[in-house]
Amino acid sequence: MADAVPPKIRIMKGAEPDLSAATYQIYDESHTIGNALRWMLMKNPKVEFCGYSVPHPSENTIQVRIQMYDNLSSLEALIAALSNLDDLCLTIGEAYDKSLQEDKYTRWEEKS
Amino acid sequence: MQPLSDPRRHVNIRAERVADVSSTDFPGHYPGEDHSWSLDKFKQNLQVKVQKLSQRSIDFDIVGVDASIANAFRRIMIAEVPTVCIESVYVWNNTSVIVDEVLAQRIGMVPLNVDPAVMEMKKSPDEQPTDRNTMVFKLQVACTRSTNREEPYIDDQVLSGHLTWEPVGEQVDVFAHKPPAPTNPNIVLAKLRPGQEVNMELHAVKGVGKDHAKFSPVATASYRLLPYIQLNPQKPVPPQHAEKFQKCFSKGVIRIDPRTQTVSVDPEAVRDDTVSREVLRHPEFEGCVELKRIRDYFLFNVESEGAYPPERLLPEAVHVFRSKIDTIREAALSLRAEDVEMNN
Repeated sequence: MADAVPPKIRIMKGAEPDLSAATYQIYDESHTIGNALRWMLMKNPKVEFCGYSVPHPSENTIQVRIQMYDNLSSLEALIAALSNLDDLCLTIGEAYDKSLQEDKYTRWEEKS
Repeated sequence: MQPLSDPRRHVNIRAERVADVSSTDFPGHYPGEDHSWSLDKFKQNLQVKVQKLSQRSIDFDIVGVDASIANAFRRIMIAEVPTVCIESVYVWNNTSVIVDEVLAQRIGMVPLNVDPAVMEMKKSPDEQPTDRNTMVFKLQVACTRSTNREEPYIDDQVLSGHLTWEPVGEQVDVFAHKPPAPTNPNIVLAKLRPGQEVNMELHAVKGVGKDHAKFSPVATASYRLLPYIQLNPQKPVPPQHAEKFQKCFSKGVIRIDPRTQTVSVDPEAVRDDTVSREVLRHPEFEGCVELKRIRDYFLFNVESEGAYPPERLLPEAVHVFRSKIDTIREAALSLRAEDVEMNN
């Protein structure tokens, strides 16, 4: 095939060699992951700066910039943030299932 | 006394502008306060409550999350929860007045009652169709004349109910309990006159809303923030204007004490307020009230298109979100492994 699928994550040029500051390009993602991931990374006190962008609407990628304090690795922070985001999803899913089964709510017949 | 404005929890709605829009719960924003991520704290604060459920729609509240998370779920429900829709139309004959491509487009939009979980998604459009990734329908309608003067034509409308499912391979057993069909059999797809006919083969595949809106499992998926009407105890609403004050809000939101004519906010009905800001237009109410919305209190309303029961949509969105996170995490871990190798 002429156009092979790009890698899911790519570190863009200009990153610090120790990855204490780097921009990650994530393929086939949008604001959905971008904004949620940015929020979770900003919850990390060791993150100096985090921002994301969708560079062009017709390119199917987002870019996430992470800068760390104390020369820590931004890749570690990214992996930790993804795990935390997964915990968050699981918690919301469980709380929703619990409410659906146990809570009292209005049930009604909707006319079409 | 509670301070009138709490910029951390309240988005302030003034007559011509909004204030305190962005969330500030980040480490380093407030000196000496810890706002770092803690799953235990999150679990304590989180409230999810289903409010209303019908066979087509659901209302539920998610309290204690950031807008980015609530928005992620909304976006995933619209664009990334998969459903099954007709994607390829093979026209053997079409003598109706509607041209092939327009009719094919209309047929593609018909919502089907197929449970997407039992189908596989094609990895590319060129992939060979199998009984796991493709479902076949036939559409064969011919209009004829009848002898009944009241209804002179037979089959003068091509309806979604005319789609007939053609089981292939293991589909006979998989779909035995619920034969695939449109959720609504009364959608008019084309009109015919005697002698005209439509004969087509339709292939339905699994897809997502970001590819084409027909794959979206929801009619609407939206959220809004809980309205909060804060009455100023220092400056009560003048009793002679109580009724006028009440009329500035949605019905049932403001209660008036029949004896003292003092106003209060109904805590249950306030969620239905439109926050129209009408009250801020009248000089007699200046300083009596502040309008707000609660930053982390999301009221979701989701209408299902039929492929999923409405109460399954959020769990599906959570599932999709988690698998997306998992894919990125795997890629990040392999990136780390490469990095370690390079440094050695």
